[in-house]
Amino acid sequence: MAAIPGTAHEDIASRPGGDTIVSHVVRWTFISVSLLFLAALLFAPLATVFVMAFAKGWRAYVTSFTDPDTAAAIRLTLTIALIVVPINTVFGLAASWATAKFEFRGKSFLITLIDLPLAVSPVISGLIYVLLFGLRGWFGTWLQDHDISIIFAVPGIVLATMFVTFPYVARELIPLMQQLGNDEEEAALTLGAGGWITFFRVTLPKVRWGLVYGVILCNARAMGEFGAVSVVSGHVRGLTNTMPLHIEILYNEYNFVGAFAVASLLTLLAVVTLIVKTLVERTGYRRR
Amino acid sequence: MATLKQPSVLPGFGLTFGFTTFFLTTIVLIPLAALVLMTASITWHDFVKVVFSARALGSYRLSFGASFLAASINLVFGFVIAWTLVRYEFPGRKAIDALIDMPFALPTAVSGIALTTVFAENGWIGQYLQPLGIKVAYTWIGVTVALTLIGMPFAVRSVQPALLEVQRDLEDAAETLGASRFYVFRRIILPTVLPALLTGFTLAFARAVGEYGSVIFIAGNLPLKTEITPLLIVIRLEEFDYKGAAALGFVMLVISFAFLLTINLLQAWGRKRLISRVR
Repeated sequence: MAAIPGTAHEDIASRPGGDTIVSHVVRWTFISVSLLFLAALLFAPLATVFVMAFAKGWRAYVTSFTDPDTAAAIRLTLTIALIVVPINTVFGLAASWATAKFEFRGKSFLITLIDLPLAVSPVISGLIYVLLFGLRGWFGTWLQDHDISIIFAVPGIVLATMFVTFPYVARELIPLMQQLGNDEEEAALTLGAGGWITFFRVTLPKVRWGLVYGVILCNARAMGEFGAVSVVSGHVRGLTNTMPLHIEILYNEYNFVGAFAVASLLTLLAVVTLIVKTLVERTGYRRR
Repeated sequence: MATLKQPSVLPGFGLTFGFTTFFLTTIVLIPLAALVLMTASITWHDFVKVVFSARALGSYRLSFGASFLAASINLVFGFVIAWTLVRYEFPGRKAIDALIDMPFALPTAVSGIALTTVFAENGWIGQYLQPLGIKVAYTWIGVTVALTLIGMPFAVRSVQPALLEVQRDLEDAAETLGASRFYVFRRIILPTVLPALLTGFTLAFARAVGEYGSVIFIAGNLPLKTEITPLLIVIRLEEFDYKGAAALGFVMLVISFAFLLTINLLQAWGRKRLISRVR
């Protein structure tokens, strides 16, 4: 979802009937309805996060992060993102190379399958791994006999997060690579460059903004995923609690400063994500 | 493989295609197959009992009713916001355009607790609705509010590019020939953006039906009343009723695929209309 540049903005008075009282009324009605709707639904909740986080002052805000369970949740979320994002990035690069550079039968079907996790409810994304690896799942008994825990442990959280964020890098790169074509790559190969050199020196610089875009979206989703992770995590404090899950626990314990303090970090992450996204779009990169 | 693939001078097909299909199969296809297989292992009688239980039916009513309402609200306000951003210049327009994607980047747990606080009886907005007898938090209205926020970017971002496609000279010509504003809207603008409006509606609807994180905080989570279907699946799993959870999950999966198909058909229709217009 990209911000659309304002190409249709022209001086309203230069258009026929543009400077009448009616057109001014319509114009300000549209602008105020939009702003009121966004204020109630989006800006008020965003402001609430920070107001609630600082409700008892700076000291309480900062102190809430010294809680060992909160610190553990932040560490776990960072660990999960550090595992999931690079793997999905490599997958996205491989998938886009295979589908954008070559013609083969079943290609559009393959692309549809890659997008599949986006259509699935987050709860289902967690459920499917419980059905596979949970105690009463397909491999439950085998895993128990071999003393391996996936569900209610970190591997399950990694798998569920990977499923949810699976398509983000790939769906950014596939249309971009298709659009940019293969001419430079073919020229590089003709001039004697190897496959890897061509990839790192020609293709990667060509698609770099699409890659940045996909990676930051993937990262934002990986750090913020709630539903899928909630199903597989088991909510063990200090062990399998990610930041979004920890927010739920603190909130349900009426520790509002703590809950909103963690929420404020995730809100800042979302703001940074949107800023990077806007900067990438300013380079001329546009999502199709 | 060589027969399936057209010849190319570029290397790396085997490696990347192999990795892609392998990873796709392990992370996505096998787990989804596990859900289908688990559902298939349930007898028809048990399946019907789970899927059509009073509690399940109540959760469908809320999930689909609130999602439909939220998508309809987004259909109207998504158009108004997209129109405002495309057609008018005002201070802060660019910042607001960027913030439209916020619900997409913001973790659902954060929007859940924030919306609940704002719409609670003593919250910033809830305190003014309370005297009017409108209770938002912990009711179906709250569920609808959360689902509206989640679907908003999908509606706006679908309509925005379509509005840019509307040919301004056609509007000008119509107005010069004496057409009223409403007539121009109905005969020129609406037909151009209709496929995009419907795509945005369906995307927002599909997203809302599966939403979990932001809803469970603002919904009261009372069985039959304010319990959404994804929550019922989680409850079944917590009871270690894997088969019940799988049956409900299967129903939701089938519905997701139906949405996916609808979205693809709508997008194909939109492209076809655009091409026939250009010709």
